[in-house]
Amino acid sequence: MVDKNNVILSTRGLTKVFGFGRTKTLAVDRVDLDIHKGEVVSIVGESGSGKTTLAKMLLGLLNPTEGEIYFQGQLRDIRSRKKKQEYWKNIQAIFQDPYSSYNTFQKIDSVLLDCIRMRGGSRLPKEQKIEMMTEACGFVNLKFEELTNKYPFELSGGQMQRLMIARIFLLKPKILVADEPTSMIDACSRATILDFLMQLRDEVGMTVMFITHDIGLAYYVSDNVHIMERGKFVESGTADQVILHPKDWCTQRLINDVPKIHEEWDLSTVEYPT
Amino acid sequence: MSNVILEVNDLSTKYITRYEESVYAVDHVSLQVDETKSLGIAGESGCGKSTLALSLMGYYFPPLHYTNGEIIIDGRNISGMAPDDVRKSILGREIAYIPQAAMNALNPTRKIINFIEDVVQAHDMYVNKKEIYERARSLFETLGLPAEVLQKYPVELSGGMKQRTVIAISVILFPKVLIADEPSSALDVTSQKMVIKMLKQLLETGFISSLIFITHELPLLYNVTDDIMVMYAGQIVEKASAHDAVFDPLHPYARGLMGSIIVPEDGLRDVKLTAIPGVPPNLKDPPSGCRFAERCRYVRAECRGASVQLREVGRDRTYRCIIPEGELREIYEKEAEKYGR
Repeated sequence: MVDKNNVILSTRGLTKVFGFGRTKTLAVDRVDLDIHKGEVVSIVGESGSGKTTLAKMLLGLLNPTEGEIYFQGQLRDIRSRKKKQEYWKNIQAIFQDPYSSYNTFQKIDSVLLDCIRMRGGSRLPKEQKIEMMTEACGFVNLKFEELTNKYPFELSGGQMQRLMIARIFLLKPKILVADEPTSMIDACSRATILDFLMQLRDEVGMTVMFITHDIGLAYYVSDNVHIMERGKFVESGTADQVILHPKDWCTQRLINDVPKIHEEWDLSTVEYPT
Repeated sequence: MSNVILEVNDLSTKYITRYEESVYAVDHVSLQVDETKSLGIAGESGCGKSTLALSLMGYYFPPLHYTNGEIIIDGRNISGMAPDDVRKSILGREIAYIPQAAMNALNPTRKIINFIEDVVQAHDMYVNKKEIYERARSLFETLGLPAEVLQKYPVELSGGMKQRTVIAISVILFPKVLIADEPSSALDVTSQKMVIKMLKQLLETGFISSLIFITHELPLLYNVTDDIMVMYAGQIVEKASAHDAVFDPLHPYARGLMGSIIVPEDGLRDVKLTAIPGVPPNLKDPPSGCRFAERCRYVRAECRGASVQLREVGRDRTYRCIIPEGELREIYEKEAEKYGR
């Protein structure tokens, strides 16, 4: 699936600095990243390592302090509002908290209709729109008939996150940035969400960038894994390479910190920060 | 013969909604926790795990109401006590509770030491502030928290540090039972490990006598607790030792939960994770037979008849299913052959 020659999104020397003077924080430090078409790439790191800042810069929600972002081989240009909207047709995101991702006053039909409109389908006949929405809901095992005329808060967390994926299915962006999509929902729904992300890659041919602090999840879904620590990539490679044979101590620590069932989980190595 | 710290017999509690409907969130639950032991409660969201934790404290406020059953902590029955008595003499001293978003419970305008003063003075008015400070400092140092934390405001602490501080505050009166309701689900894996280490340390050093740990993360439960109890729709569906519950679950629901375990180990990518289809039943009007029947792969006609009782197999092991143990194992073996795992 992964097209090694086709780099869809890449960054060169991407840097983000927050604040200035004494309170200056280097959130992302000269990151070079290549995302190939049709792969699931994971960014793993503990909180505060700069994963989300990197994602926000790729999404165009934050301006980088330094460095360039290339989209499909060309320097990304989102200086005008129109160009930004054009860019967002190609890249979309799922965020951590499904409860705050939706507009409370917007009905679910309208959420999905907005996606069709964004793809230029606002003049399609009504029947075709309903068919498209039903198909999208069916993709994530939801029933569109049961969702009509409902508000997002009437759904459970897992259902909301699945609806988010249905939105992505309708929008069909080239790249999906999933920023810890499973950390707020329980373990049973988590497997479903991860399987849908993999289906998006296999069936729709989407490129997925998966951000998480749980290296187990990254191992399950991704082709390539980047380990991030203090704004830098400390280890990169294929999932098997990085997780089964970690070289950097940050990777080893991340793997040790996840509870396991076949190997012993060593608590004696934990050091409290002072 | 170990000492029983917490004994719960046939406890039922319900929520009464605005429209006078009863929701039976905890339905005839019996459990027992011995001294120095820990019990884990697993289940997906909406299965009554958190309600059970609230019910165990014996402190009921609407919409939660007590129906029947008894709670015995260290030989003392607390189920019939008045709420005010429970608050003064039980909460904090006998049983302490860490709710789900505990780290957000700290008032941002007060220092950590003020919370500790509040807790201690609510139970014992004649302790002066200096004594409280000394007691808090020694506890914090034993638990690996720097003493400077006491003089800080909550916003100055990181998420993991806040959570550990809340745990330290809740054990300042040395309760016998500590109930931790998803204490680590909002934290990253490194902070999570620190919280777990601290809870284990509390149990080992004898600050608390027993621990009840609630989470939906099975690998975590397996590593923390001695026994695991799986809840579904307000009922216990399986209770076994941690090893048996993870590697040899009997109830189809417990088995389904094990299908969603994700750990960074070799071989994970070869198996396809299986999620249980559907959602738990609405407890306003629970199904008459087995509550899992709607989602069960091995459902039979008898399942939907009378309510299913807990079956005992071996020592300290129970499950709630109409299919006998031998037959269940046969089904699972056949399935394993078919799908090659």
